[in-house]
Amino acid sequence: MREVAVVSFAQAPNVRRDTEHNEVEILSPVVREAMERSGIPKADIGFTCSGSSDYLAGQPFSFVTALDAVGAWPPIRESHVEMDGAWALYEAWVRLQHGDIDSALVYAYGKSSPGDIREILSLQLDPYYLAPLWPDAVDVAALQARALLDATDFTERDFAAVAARNRSNAKSNPNSQLAGDFDADELLSSDYLVSPLRKHDCPPISDGAAVIVMAAGDLARDVCERPAWISGIDHRIEAHGLGVRDLTTSPSTTLAAEKAGMNGNIDIAELHAPFTHQELILREALGLSESVSINPSGGALAANPVMVTGLIRIGEAAQRLIDGDAKTALAHATSGPCLQQNLVCMMRAA
Amino acid sequence: MAETVETQTAGLSAPHVLEYPYTRSVGPVIGRFLGGLRDRKIEGIRTKDGRVLVPPAEYDPVTSEALSEFVEVGQAGVVKTWAWVSEPRPKHPLDRPFAWALIQLDGADTALLHAIDAGDESKMSTGMRVQVRWREETVGMITDIECFEPEAAS
Amino acid sequence: MSEPVVGFGAPIRLEYNYTPGSASSRYLRSIAEGRIVGQRCPNCEKVYVPPRGSCPTCAVPTAEEVELAHTGTITTFCVVNLSFYKEIEPPYVCASILLDGADIALFHLIQEVPEGREVTMGMRVEAVWVDESELAPTLESIKYFRPTGEPDASYDSYKEHL
Repeated sequence: MREVAVVSFAQAPNVRRDTEHNEVEILSPVVREAMERSGIPKADIGFTCSGSSDYLAGQPFSFVTALDAVGAWPPIRESHVEMDGAWALYEAWVRLQHGDIDSALVYAYGKSSPGDIREILSLQLDPYYLAPLWPDAVDVAALQARALLDATDFTERDFAAVAARNRSNAKSNPNSQLAGDFDADELLSSDYLVSPLRKHDCPPISDGAAVIVMAAGDLARDVCERPAWISGIDHRIEAHGLGVRDLTTSPSTTLAAEKAGMNGNIDIAELHAPFTHQELILREALGLSESVSINPSGGALAANPVMVTGLIRIGEAAQRLIDGDAKTALAHATSGPCLQQNLVCMMRAA
Repeated sequence: MAETVETQTAGLSAPHVLEYPYTRSVGPVIGRFLGGLRDRKIEGIRTKDGRVLVPPAEYDPVTSEALSEFVEVGQAGVVKTWAWVSEPRPKHPLDRPFAWALIQLDGADTALLHAIDAGDESKMSTGMRVQVRWREETVGMITDIECFEPEAAS
Repeated sequence: MSEPVVGFGAPIRLEYNYTPGSASSRYLRSIAEGRIVGQRCPNCEKVYVPPRGSCPTCAVPTAEEVELAHTGTITTFCVVNLSFYKEIEPPYVCASILLDGADIALFHLIQEVPEGREVTMGMRVEAVWVDESELAPTLESIKYFRPTGEPDASYDSYKEHL
């Protein structure tokens, strides 16, 4: 495999409702920041790939107009995935393996505020058996949470502790939306949103964008003192029907991690777990030990720009390697209802 | 003053509605299942290893083999997991507090997602038995099952 | 066996509160004042209308606002023979109009074409606005464009904008 690294990362501050900027205006300064940090001129970027969903803001083909933020002239090599930007990064990594180009720009954007994100995410469910009933994103997550409570020793207090830890971690993340000190027992005294999930078990609704610049081999060494080398990356998907899966485990995460070369020896893990119970499932699936720092950024519970959250996990993990704060990292991204699809990206500092 | 400036720089906003008048072509397997619902019966499909999938899938989710052996299953079953909605949303199937549940019908090996009209969260538990409540007029859609209800209610 | 179902209607309705962002909001507000405001790229100096806040070729913010003329040149057009709006009787002409001072054409209706005259590429046109009392932050504040009667612009003057 060709050596490929993340050499720069930038993200927009995550906010509940950005009424001042369209997608291009949110993205544009973030693209510029990531490009400047990478030190790679725009004209030298070999491939551009993005992740987004037009349903979020109700702007059909918004990914076409979003290209205004990267400047697609003279004509660039470009691709788009209707998925979280982590999958755009995967495509860019594959593209870099071809060997004829040395750098790639990956971006993702998501403005969830104009629409009803819970309802919009219903549209990813089976259109024949489920969509006519309109179970929303929190509803199906709550079914998974109850299944986990029933099948394991985990309690709702364990869920609250996950929320408290992530939002405490988020205090050091200037781009987070929900940060602060919360007491798990106090959180437990709040009402259910959809039982057994309370509001703190669910992610905030966020508008945001993120950009990663990748480079291969010597170019990465030239432009970055400590590139975050991708030592392995893999993604796996499970069956679509919620009733045919064991919702309390995540075999697709386990398999993706194994194929990506996860050997347990990591400093930090950035997990894309929008719901508290999903972090517990993922920790189990990845076999993370107590010594691993999980979601030092605060994770998806502190900011959840849909279609961007997974790419941010890779960026946050990579940034810690670039900054010299960690030597090895695991980043995870998810897509689909109840952790249906999972991507694992292993990175190391040298 | 600050407020005036903010009003002048604040972005505009406007209501925007998207409507997709989709018609779903369902194919032979889902079509047969929905036809069964219209006649108030529930059919699953058997995999080669003998499991019965309800709702039926065209292909085995494990082996991807094409499936065709339909099996009628019971109209009552067991709640595998559930979630209580105390404030139903406008598009939800019931307009009063209800439970979502994955329900494994008698004779099935997989679970169907639907609503349970249980009245109160205290009536819900994993493992409880529920039965189908058919809609008065059935048309060949998943919503022909109006919801499920606790079996004791019959 | 039951008669299989072939399909069913599955209408989806999603409601949004659309926010066009800063550049488009400023543009729409200018329209509500009877003005047309574009934005200039600091790098290539092209003027975009409606502006989206970023130069699509240079990828830099387009902060400088430029007030544009209400006159322009038809770069290309089509004749619509189907009825989409009951307010307008087909056939009618939709055109790409390059406003004087702009580097990107906008789309609008062409009306009041004099008897015996046909719409052509290069035709000079001007905006016809709604009454001042009806001005609003929408391009519908310009009812249509109509020929000014000036001689056609030369092909060279707009060939870069086709």
